[in-house]
Amino acid sequence: MVKLSPEPVALIKKRRNEALSKLIDSIPYISFLGVDFDRRGDEITAILPFKDDLIGNPSLPALHGGSIAAFLEISAIIELSWMQIWRQIENPSLIVEPSKALGILSLPKTIDFSVDYLRSGLPRDAYARAKVNRVGRRYASVHVEAWQDNRNRLFAQGTGHFLMPQQN
Amino acid sequence: MIEKKKKAVEDFFAILPHSMSLGMGIDFIRNGEVGMSMPYDNKLIGDPQTKVIHGGAVFALLDTCCGAAAMSHPEQVGPTATIDLRVDYMRPATPRQRIKAIATCYNLTKNVAFVRAIALDDNEEKPVAMAAGAFVTGG
Repeated sequence: MVKLSPEPVALIKKRRNEALSKLIDSIPYISFLGVDFDRRGDEITAILPFKDDLIGNPSLPALHGGSIAAFLEISAIIELSWMQIWRQIENPSLIVEPSKALGILSLPKTIDFSVDYLRSGLPRDAYARAKVNRVGRRYASVHVEAWQDNRNRLFAQGTGHFLMPQQN
Repeated sequence: MIEKKKKAVEDFFAILPHSMSLGMGIDFIRNGEVGMSMPYDNKLIGDPQTKVIHGGAVFALLDTCCGAAAMSHPEQVGPTATIDLRVDYMRPATPRQRIKAIATCYNLTKNVAFVRAIALDDNEEKPVAMAAGAFVTGG
């Protein structure tokens, strides 16, 4: 039996990065806020680089509650979509080109989102990581944690429910 | 409503950088009740398939409007900050329509203001979203 040589690492990374970029670039609001993503394997961290447009109260100054909420909601939606894409592009029995995987992808729709403002957002970069606590055929429940300088000093957290796109 | 207070709320909310970048404007200010709205813009799209604006933009409008309602309450002195806010997205906002929000501060204690808000597009019979939250009060 012929042993197949493993897929070159550069090719794997290229495929994964392209799929993630394509998802992110397709959503205008993500570039409006300037949100970026850092990927390590299947784990992604959302990054909100600081800019003046994100400020709410200029006399403090502090990040606007709305920019924080949007950042958390974006992290949750991307995490859910990324999980779906990952399953498609990494399943050897179902080799799907990243472009095709995205062609058939519909985004989850937010049912509700709740934000806990733990401390005021400082005028510097923020990070967020989402954890999918439940995902079923109809809906998903996701928790998001956001921090600035210290990973264990959260400045905001959010919980949301999302309607999952129906696969045909 | 006291004109001086109304002016203070107007001035505070007219210069918030993030609200300005979303194009938010104040429609009216009454005692503990504020109306605000925001135009549709392609840069706010959250779902490229449907062209519906991102929930985060609606959240930002509701948060700002709720904060303004708390600040405009007759017994509130100075600015407020959000403790928590929950938004229910009842239906997608219709593309190319302006989003209006109306927030009411229905109870104010020494430390907390309780606020509810509604977001509408041109079909005012069916709300787009509803919000409920708590805000910090006091001077």
